[in-house]
Order: sequence, then structure tokens, then C-alpha cells
Amino acid sequence: MSAGVAPAVAGVPLHRALGLTDEELAAIAGKLGRGPNDLELAMFSVMWSEHCSYKSSRPLLRTLPTGDDDVVAGPGENAGVMRIGDGWAVAFKIESHNHPSAVEPYQGAATGVGGILRDIFAMGARPIAVLDALRFGDPADPRTRHLVKGVVRGVGGYGNCVGVPTVGGELVFDPSYQGNPLVNVMAIGLVREDAIMRAAAPGPGNLVILYGSATGRDGIGGASVLASATFGDQDPSKRPAVQVGDPFAEKLLIEATLEILAAGLAEGLSDLGAAGITCGVSETADRAGTGIRVDLDAIPRREPGMAPVEVLTSESQERMVVIARPERLPEIAAICARWGIPCAVIGRVTDDGDIAVIEGGLDTEGQPNPGARELARMPARALASEAIEFDRPAAPPPRRRRAPAPGIPETAGDGLPERGMDPGAVLLGLLGSPNLASRAWVAEQYDRHVQTNTVGGAGHGAAVLRLKGTRRALVATTDGNEAVSAIDPYLGAALSVAEAARNVSITGARPLGVTNCLNFGDPTRPEAFWQLREAVRGLGDACRALGLPVTGGNVSLYNEAPGSAIAPTPEIGIVGLLDDVTLLVGPAFTADGDVVLLAGATEPGLGGSAYAALAGLAAEDDLPGLDLGAEAAAQAFIRDAIAARSVTAAQDVSGGGLAVVLAEMAIWGGRGGRFRVAVASSPAVALFGESPSRIVLTVRPADVPAVRALASRRGVPLAELGIVGGPQLLVELVGEGATGAAEGRGVGVADALEVTLSDLRHAWEQGLPRALGEEA
Amino acid sequence: MSIRVGVVVFPGSNCDADTAWALSRAGAEPVELWHEHADLGGVAAVVLPGGFAYGDYLRAGVIARFSPVMRAVAGYAADGGIVLGICNGFQVLAEAGLLPGALLRNRSLRFVCRDVAIRAERVDTFFTHRVAERGVLRMPVAHGEGCYYADEATLDALERDGRVLFRYVDDDGNPARVEDRENPNGSLRAIAGVMNAAGNVAGLMPHPERAADALLGSDDGMLVLRSLVESAAARVTTMAAGTGR
Repeated sequence: MSAGVAPAVAGVPLHRALGLTDEELAAIAGKLGRGPNDLELAMFSVMWSEHCSYKSSRPLLRTLPTGDDDVVAGPGENAGVMRIGDGWAVAFKIESHNHPSAVEPYQGAATGVGGILRDIFAMGARPIAVLDALRFGDPADPRTRHLVKGVVRGVGGYGNCVGVPTVGGELVFDPSYQGNPLVNVMAIGLVREDAIMRAAAPGPGNLVILYGSATGRDGIGGASVLASATFGDQDPSKRPAVQVGDPFAEKLLIEATLEILAAGLAEGLSDLGAAGITCGVSETADRAGTGIRVDLDAIPRREPGMAPVEVLTSESQERMVVIARPERLPEIAAICARWGIPCAVIGRVTDDGDIAVIEGGLDTEGQPNPGARELARMPARALASEAIEFDRPAAPPPRRRRAPAPGIPETAGDGLPERGMDPGAVLLGLLGSPNLASRAWVAEQYDRHVQTNTVGGAGHGAAVLRLKGTRRALVATTDGNEAVSAIDPYLGAALSVAEAARNVSITGARPLGVTNCLNFGDPTRPEAFWQLREAVRGLGDACRALGLPVTGGNVSLYNEAPGSAIAPTPEIGIVGLLDDVTLLVGPAFTADGDVVLLAGATEPGLGGSAYAALAGLAAEDDLPGLDLGAEAAAQAFIRDAIAARSVTAAQDVSGGGLAVVLAEMAIWGGRGGRFRVAVASSPAVALFGESPSRIVLTVRPADVPAVRALASRRGVPLAELGIVGGPQLLVELVGEGATGAAEGRGVGVADALEVTLSDLRHAWEQGLPRALGEEA
Repeated sequence: MSIRVGVVVFPGSNCDADTAWALSRAGAEPVELWHEHADLGGVAAVVLPGGFAYGDYLRAGVIARFSPVMRAVAGYAADGGIVLGICNGFQVLAEAGLLPGALLRNRSLRFVCRDVAIRAERVDTFFTHRVAERGVLRMPVAHGEGCYYADEATLDALERDGRVLFRYVDDDGNPARVEDRENPNGSLRAIAGVMNAAGNVAGLMPHPERAADALLGSDDGMLVLRSLVESAAARVTTMAAGTGR
């Protein structure tokens, strides 16, 4: 039987070859009251992998706020679900597919999309949107370019075919991702509140029906080998662990699943993702307090000669399991036949709480045939909810300063005026930088219109999806601040939540809830575990302050290549609700003469900013603070002002700071503006600082007093910046921190910024293709 | 009278629901035509929607042409029935030989989703009579294989016979060259849509059903869909008169 369980390595015990420690083996024996056989050991190894069991992170995740009257399904389900009114609910979740994408970018990304979509329709929801949050190393590096192109093609190749629009996301380059890119995918679905399905296997005697693709040898041990261990660059031995996606099969699976549910034929439903059938049966049985007797011979296979362990742990894609009463089988089979999908009864729900694997077949009553053999028997809860947990040691890393670039003074402060940098040139540099330039090169490879709900263009802030037949719209975004997280993971995570919520609020929508993908390093390293612990603490504090429940998510650990861990990356997905889509406000300047206002206070601190990266500043000690009270007030204010129909455009101040925001709003609106910005601490902070809780908004002149009143009611400082109009962006710096009067400015002097709209647009549009060597 | 317009559903079609929704807005009653049935149920027009019929793994539209429903569509077209193919539907009609030319991989070798401007070259057809003279319409494209190709003689004949229905145009309303950004896939002679010789079968790569609601950015596509529904209604009336009912 050992053939196929794990590569035989002389002198290495099987459990270690499967990724289990001696301590974990002892715990398994404790649960079973005996030593596991090889098959049981392999099934435990995938279920107790970090990816499936969350064994390092569960104690931390329990501290997150999950309660909210509108949460219909929270953490532990396939996806979180929240009420949105009129009997409708929204299902949403974000998940990682980092390691598969590092090995095989196209298939890794494609199956990442497929997997998260199955989580959504497993809840009974029709998937309506995908967002992809991507992180890579140096864009000039040939391997990075290969990964970027492959991942983007993979996301598009799957989403475009399956007919779910990819409406937003992120693309960030940072050297820390050089050996370990991040591919996080969020999906959103719609479901009637009374039609939400649970991943449970109730009712002993019910059938366990597998439908979808046949089971093959792809993805064996993906959860334990790929997702739960550090690995080297392009390790060929890991290649067979990457699954292969078939979006056409998934499209059929979606339609068949929704038909089965609409006909009321299902008692429970689960997708088969990581750890395959083993996970599907043990989690559904565990949730219902039942057991499942698996009929190994009945599982349709792609190829002959597969060992039991291969069949049971295969991560072949596009498969689902439905739990149904025996009399429902003909109707389910007919729906599957209509969509051309194979289906098979592969087991029975039992009342003994065990997952039992039978070779030799089950009879019509679901009992083992005479002469059949039981290959494995384990309590479902031991595999699933009672998997081992660890309280890992945590220790902050020693303070490190990056070596400053040659010729740059090693000060944490701001060198802009003293070094004679022209702020106009800095602005163009930032706008054209790989992290801030237009995402059109990516967005245009994704079908963002299918299903005809997508409001507005791509890459202009949060995605907006109207709900047909209602006045409502959903607003969704993903945000993750790896730059600050690398220095202070608590602050970085809190900033990520704040920014994601702000991106929703500036459209006028009310943020509903949070899904998160925590991308961190090896949790057995105390520094990496400390980063995770701090980030979860920041995530929880920010969610509590902003009144947001965490409805679920995913933890991806071991994101390390030899010699380098990624910057800790807490990726936050937020879905918001706009009650009246006609209230929607976009981020583009809309009319000449509108007054431009800045809500929120500009605080010092350039650490983690795009400007600091561009200027080569060593700024570890100089992070901007986050006042969660001020953040909540600023977001409440903008929602108030939009609800009063007083706002014509709004955009939050984030990457690149105020100057970049003004430039973006000008580019998108096709009109410039004239501004005066008060400088308190330094010109660089005023123009390019990224202190949070700030929003730029435009209002008609007549509405300024009313908007001022709304701001003061919320205690939000409001400064007038200038007026929309003209073919250029002109920003004059005034106040005690500015270096010299505006009238004295000359070439290269830092007290004013003047750039034409066409130059801004050119820099912004060309930045990403140029960085990737993809110029048309 | 409600005008029943059939929407073909292949496994892998993914714009069928959108097309049905937009046809409803254009005044039609959409009817699903399942790929396994060689019966069109007496509809007044047929639309082949976008998507990835049968997965499109080999080449877009190449499997779909052999389906039972396409046998029925071919017969329907031969009898003068009104047929419109959108995106993948255009690819299927070209593969089935119901429309001239072929849709090759985009010149960029990348999938492209973008708003484009197209000019109706004919405004006296079943598909465009609602479009004002030389009207430029804005609507999205989303495809990997949309580069219109035919040999020079065929292209000349299409132009001579007035069978080029839509062209991609630049900001000045002029046909976009193959290398221009406004020609999203590098189509020869900027061709975005064509008709058959009889003028009752047409295909286009852009998605009129995605430009059916101003909230989503454009409702120019409604001009195409309304033209189709009105033409279908007129044909039903004519045929009813012809059979004496």
C-alpha cells in the first residue's frame, strides 16, 4: 500500500516524508487509540496540513470580531455570507494560490480562480465577480515577467471562459516577492437568504454524490507539499502537485449546481479543493456530527492503477459533492446528464461519526459488500475541527535598517527640497512607477463586463456591481499594505483594513464586512509568527473600530524562498452596499469650477511610502500613525456628504500621496486644476506623504458650506485645495514649511509643481507596459 | 404582440443570460434554444450569444458548428430567417460557413476587453436600421480571437456588395488601421461585423448586449438589438400575411 503514499526515502519515516512531525504522529495515535495505517496517515497529513487545519493560526483567528446581525454565515463556512436586503445575501471570500502560481503561473492562477468560485457556489450563490490581488518581485527580471504574464493569462483564461467578470484587484511589485509571488483571488456571489447551502452531511442513510470531473493524479498532496512548506526556486519535483484547471467544466458545474439547489435536491454541498475527497467528506460529516462510509471503487477515475491514497487526496479540479436523500438521485443524475457532467454515488452518511474507506463496494443499502475491506477508519472530527493546534513562539525581529542607496543621506526625514528634487519630476516618476501606473495592461486581459452588472471603468478605484431588478449596488475592493507591514505588521494590517473600507466609503457605499488573506512566512520561525500575531491583532482592532465583522478568509504561510521571506501581506477584501446606485460617486474630476477639498489631517511620516521607495529614503522609524477614530469619522463624513448629493468626485489619499491623487483625478476626468497646499512639516510630506484617513473630494461651489457643516459635525478637518479646470495640474506650496515663496520658483525648485495633463497621462499609461517590457 | 427571439445556449455560452436580458429591454420575449435540439420553436429571429461554446479549446466555434441546433439554424438562415451572432456567436457562424471570413487570434496574442467605437457601414439592414446615418456606436469588446481575416478577393467583394456591417473607427470616425489601438484585434480593413449575401445573417465581435444600459457606460447597443427585434416583428407580420393568416 505504501506505493504512492509518499516517495520512499531511505531512512525517513513515512510520517515525516508526508510532512508530519513526531509530535503530530503521537497526537494522531492518541485520537485513534492506536497507530494509524499508511492510508490513514496520508489522509491525516493533508487534513492536518497548515493549509487545511490552520493549526498555527486558529488560536489567533479566534480573536477576530465575527458578530454582526447581518452575518448569515461566518468563518468556517466555504464563504462568508451577509444580508443585503429584500431577501438577498452576498457571499464573498478571498483565498491564496501562491505556491502553485510560483511553480506554474498559468495553471496556478487559473485554478486559484476556479477554487474560490467553487467556494462561492458551494454556498448556493451565483458567482458575480472576481478580484485578483497579485504581488511579484522586480518587474525588470525575466522570471518575474514570465510569472506576471502567466498569472494574468491564467486569471483571465479561467474567469473569461467561466463567465464571471474580473472587476478589480491589485498588482504590486516588491523585491520581497522575488522568489515567492502572491496570487490572492476574491470572489463574490449572490444568493437568496433562504437558499443558502451549508457544507454539511446530515441524515444518516443519505447519499454522498460526487459530480464533475473525474479524479486524476493531479494535485496529489498539494495542500501539504505545496501550500504548507517552504520550497526552492522552480523545484521540478513539486511540479506534479500543481492542479490543472478546466474553466469549461467549471461553467457546467456552476449551472448544474445551481439547478440542483434550485430544485431543492440537496441536503448539503461541498466543493473539493485542497485535500480533495478526504477534506470534502471529513469536513461535511464533522459539521453535521455524522460519519461517511466512502465507496472507494465508485469514484470515477481519469486513469487506471491509481492507489487509494491518490484517489482520496487528489486535488483534481472542478468536482463537487452533494449530500442527498436516496430518492433524489434520479433528478440529480438527470441534471448532471443535461450538462454533460459525470456523477456517481461514492458513499453514505452514517451515524458513527467516522470516515471509513471501503474497498470492494457498497450494496444498495450502503453496507459493505461481502468480502469488502475497510482500508481506513478515523473520527471525522479528528481529521477536521479537532485537528492539532499549536501555540507557536513569537518574537519581534531585530530592528534592521536597509542600507541606503549610494549618495543618499541616511536620514529618516525628508530630503526633497534640500536635494533640489523637482516635485513635478517626482510626481511623473511616481505616476509612471510600476506600482502606481495604470493597470490597463492587466485589466484589459480580463472580461469585466460579462453578466452586465459592472458599473464604471476598470482600474478607477473600487469595483461597482449593480444588482439587477433593484436600486442597489455592491462595491468591492482588495487592499494590502505590505510596505508598512514589513516594518510594523500591526499597523500595516490596520492600515490595510482602513484603506479597503475607505475605498468603499468614497463611492458612497457602506462597508459590510471583511474577508482576509494572510500571507506570511514560516510560522515555526518566531519572527514570522510574531508578524502574523501582530497583523491579526491589527486586523481585529481596525475591524472593531470600523464596525466590520470578519466573515472568513484564508491563511497562507510558508511564503518563503531560500534566504528570503515575503513582506508580511495581510490582504483585505471588503464588500460594501450602496442602497441607491444613482448616488454613486466616482474618482474622476467631473466639471470645471468644482471646488476641491481635502478631508482629514496630513500627518508626518514617509515610512513605507512610494515616495520613500523612489527616493531611497531609509524610513523605518518614520511611519505615519493611524487614528482609527479619525478614520471612522472621515469615512462617515464622506458617506454623509455623498448621501446628501453634495459630492461630485472622491478619491482616498494612498499610494503616492496627495499629488498622485490629484493627478489621477485629473487624468480620469480629462481636466486639470489649480491648487494651493499648505505645508506644515515638509513639502514631501504634503505632496507625497501617505498618512491615512484622508479623502480628496470635489463639490459644486454652492455646496461648500453644507459640506463644511457635515465635516464639522463629524469632527473632520476640511481644507480647500483649489479649483478643477485647465489643461494642467498646478500645485503651489504655501505656509511655513514651504521653502521660499511661489513667485521665486525656478527650474528644480521645490515650492511648486506644474505638469500638463498630457504628460501626466503619458507617464501613467506607459508605466506598467514599460516596466514589463511590453510596450506596444 | 410579443416577438419571440431565440437565444442559442451551447455548453460554455456565457452571454446567453445577458443577451436575453437585453433583448427583453428591446421589446422581445427571449426563448432559450438548447444546443441538443434541432428545433427552433418558431422563433422570429435567432441570436447566437458570446461565450466559449464547448470550451473553445481547439478553436473558437469549431465544435459548436456540428451541434443539432446549428443544423436547424443553417436551415433557418437558408429560408431567410434573421440570425445575429455576437462575439463567440460570430465565430460559430463563420466556422459554420454562414458568414464569410474567419476570426483569428488577436494580433496582440492577448485577450482584449475594452470599449471600442464602431461605425455602422450600412443603416438599411435588419440589424442597423435604427442607427443614424454613419452612426458611431460605443460598446465593449471581450475576446481572444477576434481578428477578422479573409483573402483580398473576398474582402473586395464584401466591400463591393455592401456586406461590411461595422468597422472599428478612431476618434475622428475613420477606420482604424490594423496596428491602431482603436482596432482592438488587428482586423483587416477594421472589420468588426459582416453580413451574408442575402443580408439576413450577421455577426459582430463587439457586444451590443453589454451596451444596453446607460448606467453601465453606454446604451448604443440597444440600437442594434431594437433593429433586430423590429425586423423580426416585421418579418412575422409579412409571413403571416403571406400565408393568409
